[in-house]
Amino acid sequence: MAAVTLNQVRKSFGSTPVVHGVDISIDDGEFCVLVGPSGCGKSTLLRMIAGLEEASGGEMRIGARVVNDVAPKERDIAMVFQNYALYPHMTVFDNMAFSLKLAHASREEIRQRVDEAARILGLTEYLGRFPRQLSGGQRQRVAMGRAIVRKPQVFLFDEPLSNLDAKLRVQMRTEIKALHQRLKTTSIYVTHDQIEAMTMADKIVVMNGGKVEQIGTPLELYDDPDNLFVAGFIGSPAMNFIPGKFTAGGIVAAGNVTLSAPAGVPLESGREVIVGVRPEHLMVSDAGLPAEVVVVEPTGADTQIYCRIAGVDVTAVVRERHTFRPGETVRLAPQLTFLFDPASGQRLA
Amino acid sequence: MRFFDNRNTLGRVFMLPAGVLLLLFLTYPLGLGTWLGFTDAKIGRAGEWVGLDNFQFLFGDSVARLSLFNTLFYTVVASIGKFALGLWLALLLNRHIPFKSFVRAVVLLPFIVPTALSAIAFWWLYDTQFSVLSWALTRMGLIDQYIDFLGDPWAARFATIAANIWRGVPFVAITLLAGLQTISPSLYEAASLDGASEWQKFWYVTLPMLTPIIAVVMTFSVLFTFTDFQLIYVLTRGGPLNATHLMATLSFQRAIPGGALGEGAALATAMVPFLLAAILFSYFGLQRRAWQQGGNDK
Repeated sequence: MAAVTLNQVRKSFGSTPVVHGVDISIDDGEFCVLVGPSGCGKSTLLRMIAGLEEASGGEMRIGARVVNDVAPKERDIAMVFQNYALYPHMTVFDNMAFSLKLAHASREEIRQRVDEAARILGLTEYLGRFPRQLSGGQRQRVAMGRAIVRKPQVFLFDEPLSNLDAKLRVQMRTEIKALHQRLKTTSIYVTHDQIEAMTMADKIVVMNGGKVEQIGTPLELYDDPDNLFVAGFIGSPAMNFIPGKFTAGGIVAAGNVTLSAPAGVPLESGREVIVGVRPEHLMVSDAGLPAEVVVVEPTGADTQIYCRIAGVDVTAVVRERHTFRPGETVRLAPQLTFLFDPASGQRLA
Repeated sequence: MRFFDNRNTLGRVFMLPAGVLLLLFLTYPLGLGTWLGFTDAKIGRAGEWVGLDNFQFLFGDSVARLSLFNTLFYTVVASIGKFALGLWLALLLNRHIPFKSFVRAVVLLPFIVPTALSAIAFWWLYDTQFSVLSWALTRMGLIDQYIDFLGDPWAARFATIAANIWRGVPFVAITLLAGLQTISPSLYEAASLDGASEWQKFWYVTLPMLTPIIAVVMTFSVLFTFTDFQLIYVLTRGGPLNATHLMATLSFQRAIPGGALGEGAALATAMVPFLLAAILFSYFGLQRRAWQQGGNDK
């Protein structure tokens, strides 16, 4: 096991930069998730750590060793690919044993380590099968088995669950997390799914456009987003954004709807701001803002209300059971608001 | 018309032209050829059934036996050469090279040039007096006497094999290239993380993944080589001293210029068991792999 440190790591394909100077430090034994929309450079970053892409600049360390010029097989890492990349012509056993075989491990050691991995992953009865004879979830487990038999310093996961159906994805998510708690191997996990990131990570790195937007624990990102991007990306349903003008009496949005400003914000009057409110922080209250109901979706545990406040589409999630009808006007009061600068997207309060 | 409303009737009607063509141009000549092999037919005289006489005669005939040896030697050496060079070329073409599609198109040239035409070019290359090869080798100081490529039995065998390889490599290379491109790059990435060297990636990933296509392409290649006729007929006509006579050329030689239709046909029929053996070998030995026959695909 080892810490992983990235220092000003860059990558360009030809003259197109895709990763602009990224600094990340991942502690020994930590489960770090790189999350962001597609094309944000997260997979490229992972592949650079694996050694499958060459970094165009900066320094990457695994443990104390700088690995920029170290061949992938010398880096002591294992990777789980999005399409699993199982060798179709090898049995499950041979797939898992391949790296040990190449490392000239003894027959007994290979047998013992593969058996152990198979037991952990519940694959014992499938060891003689070929990948084609397995279900998606089983193939996923074989791919993980192939990684864990090697007892590497770092596990890399490249969107490993995106080929699975929704139910299996949730199950495998839990299994991967349980596996990490058991093995405590430093893991770097790439996903575009913020729920996966929130549920699995010790540390989340939110990336966008080849840059790191914010690094923190799941709840830090949720409670304290640095900017509009992180605020909108983390949390489901996504945060609502209502543009308005800052005044002494509050924030005035379209249609003279006034939202109360967070206390003690030193902003000049008349400044354009964006107010961010999470759907779960909107409460039905007589003192609230007028909202025209568009669609009501009860899920049982809570109810999602799609409505319009100050000409903006807004989602609210309420726990109480209401019988609102589309077209009706209800009053929603924000319990907690964030303020962002419209131009830079940076958080103001 | 009611008659054509029936799906089965309509289907048969649509198959009719193809069926007639197959019957007329494939089954009939094959049947006739085989039948002739059991008769003593000569040109201008219908033959009578003689049973296995022709085969017995050919078995005792040293030229026929030599042609069998030549055919096997020609097929084995040329096929190995085509496979090795074809695979090598396919691996090269699978890399990122400049003008990739242009190079790939050029590689196909030997395959699309009419065989007779390329045979004539090779004839010129192998000429005793004007051979460019001999000239170049002399100039480089490697030999001091022009090689008699088509005049010496072993030189002629290897010269014809070289021409056959030149002609057959593109087919093997392009087909294997298609096979290489179906191998997911992530398998190579996984292998390099698993600690495989370039050679090990080839041995443990490329080659096993390619076996089904190798089986198919080499079966075709063996069949084409075993039945080769044009190249030999233009280059050597089976000479010198029958050293390059293949079964196909000898069969033609005996049947048409020689007039012994029955004997020629018997010689041609004798090729069939070899061809069948090649097909069965590839079918049972190479083509079927447990990992390919799906089971439940997802």
